[in-house]
Amino acid sequence: MFFPISGAHISPIYLVTVGFLIGILGGFFGVGGSFIAGPALRLAGLDWNFAVGTDLAHIVGKSVVAVRRHRAMGNVDLRLGLIMAMGTIAGAEVGAQAIQMLKRAGNVNLVVSIVSIVVYISISSFMMWESRKTLSQRGAIKGAKSKKDHSAFGPVTRAIQRLKIWPMISLPASGIRAISLWTILLVAFVGGLFSGFLGGGAGYIRMPSMVYVLGIPTHLAVGTDLFEIIISASYGTFSHAVKGNVDILIALVMHTGAAIGAQIGAISTQYFAGPKIRLAFVPLPLIGAVIVIYTMISGHKL
Amino acid sequence: MKKGTARTLRAFVIELAIYAVLVTTYFFLVLNLLGQWLYELEIHRRYTYAALAIVLIIGQAVLLESLTTFLIRLIRGRSE
Repeated sequence: MFFPISGAHISPIYLVTVGFLIGILGGFFGVGGSFIAGPALRLAGLDWNFAVGTDLAHIVGKSVVAVRRHRAMGNVDLRLGLIMAMGTIAGAEVGAQAIQMLKRAGNVNLVVSIVSIVVYISISSFMMWESRKTLSQRGAIKGAKSKKDHSAFGPVTRAIQRLKIWPMISLPASGIRAISLWTILLVAFVGGLFSGFLGGGAGYIRMPSMVYVLGIPTHLAVGTDLFEIIISASYGTFSHAVKGNVDILIALVMHTGAAIGAQIGAISTQYFAGPKIRLAFVPLPLIGAVIVIYTMISGHKL
Repeated sequence: MKKGTARTLRAFVIELAIYAVLVTTYFFLVLNLLGQWLYELEIHRRYTYAALAIVLIIGQAVLLESLTTFLIRLIRGRSE
């Protein structure tokens, strides 16, 4: 199938299949899946600039489908998502500026590659330690359906929630009586910073941060992160489309597969307890790290 | 396999088949009709194209989600 906007010839079956697989990951883990979608589009012959912009457009559509499903299951905290979107957009702008600075200094590829490998491996290692420790404790997976969560990192999370920095807000949908607005904005800002710096939606940082720093139950963190991704990815899509980096026809075709995958992923979360979802999340950042290491060693961009 | 699981799986396979037919029709009708127009828009009116891109992807998401929900209800309703 010929896509005139990007001038690429790509099989629609390939696009639908990629969309379907990434849709499952997104619906289940609350991530955009850029670390797979970007290289997959590149592999199909799309230029990098189109791969990044088009992937963001497809993420918007997939997240809308997954959020509607998650919302029906009570897994979305709209208030938290809207607050986080502000922090994410601000962070993404700062991250993008940092990339521009590194470009001017001439060492952008090396710095971004090393930072991303360290971040991906750190997240995976920490989540593996935490989820395994939590699962080994008695009664840890009792709350699979009640959405109450349990984490071995709980004492640290509660200490963070006790920080009284005005203004304090409550998040009844997430079961949090009082938390500083600044803590939420900081978590979102850091997620946005990595999004702007490393590309993609940075759900692999934001979803774990919501669980471990803010104390949001895993199911709600997945649904709320997806809601937040709709806003930040829409902003990114618009920005990239203005720069001529979005082939919306490719995104629409990919999304037909993602729409089904995202629903399967979202519905599947209700059959797993929070710590099990977190343990299953562990390989995702590692896949990202392997892709980056491969590109560093081989000198090829996937 | 439990009876409930088998029923859900069957409903899902039927839904996928119907969905595949609808999506294929969608490819040939909508994308072919819109393709050239969007291409022109992308070259000459970037801001309009950017806004329309978001409207299109969100619109398709709502449409497909509603369609699959409707199909699941229809198929489950008939199989029960």
